[in-house]
Amino acid sequence: MKRPINPLRKYIRNGKLPHFFCPGCGCGQVLSYFLKAVDELCFDLNKIVTIGGVGCTARIPIYLNTVTLHGVHGRTLAWATGIKMHKPELKVVIFAGDGDLASIGGNHFIQAARRNLDVMVIMVNNMNYAMTGGQVAPTTPENAVTMTTPYGSREVPMDVCDVARAAGATYISRWTTNMPNQTVKSLKNALKHKGFSLIEIVSQCPTHFGRYALKNGNPGVLLDWIKNNTISAAKARQLNSGEKLDKFIVGEFVNMRRPVYAGSTVYELE
Amino acid sequence: MSLHKNTKQKRVLTGVHFMLGNYAVVEGALAAGCDFFAGYPITPANEISERMASRLPAVGGKFVQGEDELCSIYAVTGASLAGAKAMTATASAGFNYMQEGIGYASAIEAPCVIVNVQRCRGENYASQADIMQMKWGASGDYEIICLAPSSVQELFDYTVLAFNLSEEYRNPVIVMSETTIALMRERLEIPLAKDIEIINRKYTSLKPKDYKPFKASEFGVPDFAPMGKGYNNIFSLNPHNEEGNINWDPIVFDKLYKRITGKITENRDKICRTESFYMDDANIALIAYGSEVRPALDSVIMARESGIKAGLLKLATVWPVPETQILEVAKQVETVISVEMNIGKYATEIERLCGGLCNTARATKNLGLIHLPEEIYQVIKEVCK
Repeated sequence: MKRPINPLRKYIRNGKLPHFFCPGCGCGQVLSYFLKAVDELCFDLNKIVTIGGVGCTARIPIYLNTVTLHGVHGRTLAWATGIKMHKPELKVVIFAGDGDLASIGGNHFIQAARRNLDVMVIMVNNMNYAMTGGQVAPTTPENAVTMTTPYGSREVPMDVCDVARAAGATYISRWTTNMPNQTVKSLKNALKHKGFSLIEIVSQCPTHFGRYALKNGNPGVLLDWIKNNTISAAKARQLNSGEKLDKFIVGEFVNMRRPVYAGSTVYELE
Repeated sequence: MSLHKNTKQKRVLTGVHFMLGNYAVVEGALAAGCDFFAGYPITPANEISERMASRLPAVGGKFVQGEDELCSIYAVTGASLAGAKAMTATASAGFNYMQEGIGYASAIEAPCVIVNVQRCRGENYASQADIMQMKWGASGDYEIICLAPSSVQELFDYTVLAFNLSEEYRNPVIVMSETTIALMRERLEIPLAKDIEIINRKYTSLKPKDYKPFKASEFGVPDFAPMGKGYNNIFSLNPHNEEGNINWDPIVFDKLYKRITGKITENRDKICRTESFYMDDANIALIAYGSEVRPALDSVIMARESGIKAGLLKLATVWPVPETQILEVAKQVETVISVEMNIGKYATEIERLCGGLCNTARATKNLGLIHLPEEIYQVIKEVCK
């Protein structure tokens, strides 16, 4: 009997599987959610440019059968700026980790959101630098033990969605790898969106964050930990800041339209 | 969507002008077909960005003021991969930041032009102190093409040439400008558009399924594919095979880096341009580049007037090193004098080639001032003693 082929297999670059993610990593889930969204919208992958910087998440575009730019840490949005200026008809999708987007690429991120550059950013937040071995990131929860914070992190983590909102992004949402349906729906919204969109997906890193910060490398346990700390945006509004601490607030936070950046000239939406 | 476009201006401003050096760069770029520019404010390169901001949209191109030099160089690389002829301009301190992007553009073979208006550290005094950084700034194995104009006219001409070389060899090309010429007004003659030679990148004739993005002969240049037409390839900084897939196989590694450096070094004689002055019977040769060519030529004339057989080899291309031309001079003369506006950097390249063939001397100066002809003449006289 022939083995059934995954209907999303057609979107994967030839000869690229098996992927290199650790067992239980959330990046595989994000790849699958993105392909579901693409498939449900009948999006033409030939019209998408995917970009990854450096990191685990940055490897996701390597598996997608698209034009892909890869391999420089934090400069994803700078590339996207050039591509969108010359070929505005192409959809640019960026896969960035929390370190790639919020730390080394932080200023590019803020400025691109401010300009409302027409790109879609999927930030997979695993709360640490995983590819380099589990170091502290701007998103690492306070007091968490990582390879560079052996006595616990004394830094306050950054809420990347809040930063995007302040900077002027026109579509912002946050979900977790526990929430496939909501994530796929949100990815579809972002694929259809004109302007700067950010989808943060809180994800499990069993190899590093799990083992060091939570003392558990079991992906199931990590997914449960994320799930137990997830609250909806509606519920978060009823809580004070102390109660919201260390919680993953999920939901669609911003969905609006404003003129899109086009370099030295501005074009209006229809 | 409605795009506000002002396409009223002419791309090529044919005619005779009295123009600022930085403006001549812009006009050269436009004449060469530049349609994307990204830059970050820095003195003394600002006039390039400012004129681009007003001229480029008026001829149908796009201008971006990046949030920093990194944004500029990567936006340029992105636009280049999307099919644009792209350029950025900066000055010494900003050029530091761009090294990362130059490394990436070399690795994935994205044609682009970078103008570096050299200045002294933090101030706008004359300098050629970045000559080594032009080539050795980024990590990894790569080669660069770098042109050194010495006048406003050459700022125009070499910018056109820079675009042509970058398109032909799929490599970043640097126009090494200097405060001296960038902020100088001089006569500039812009030819008719039809008389300006333009080279465009070669696009593949293969179908996506047969196309390999990094397939070329041993020291060759791979064909481009249009973005968004089904040629779904990876452009990764990591070592990659002909298909563009990341691959750490030592054989792949070796082949890739030998090709991306070899396409420049093996074509050295085709790329390198030099000019000789009073060299026919010379037994002392000055070798100079950039604005230092000007006092060097004056000092040669002074030497000739006092009966010294001096000559000048002007290097229009500084990287790759015009080895053939320098060797020829070394074989001909008794002494070669390296003239430059730094502590003596390119002199090491010249002396490497001249070793055993002739004597060498240096006329170097790093005071934020261009050489006076008399100063170089003094060195010539000392050599004659």
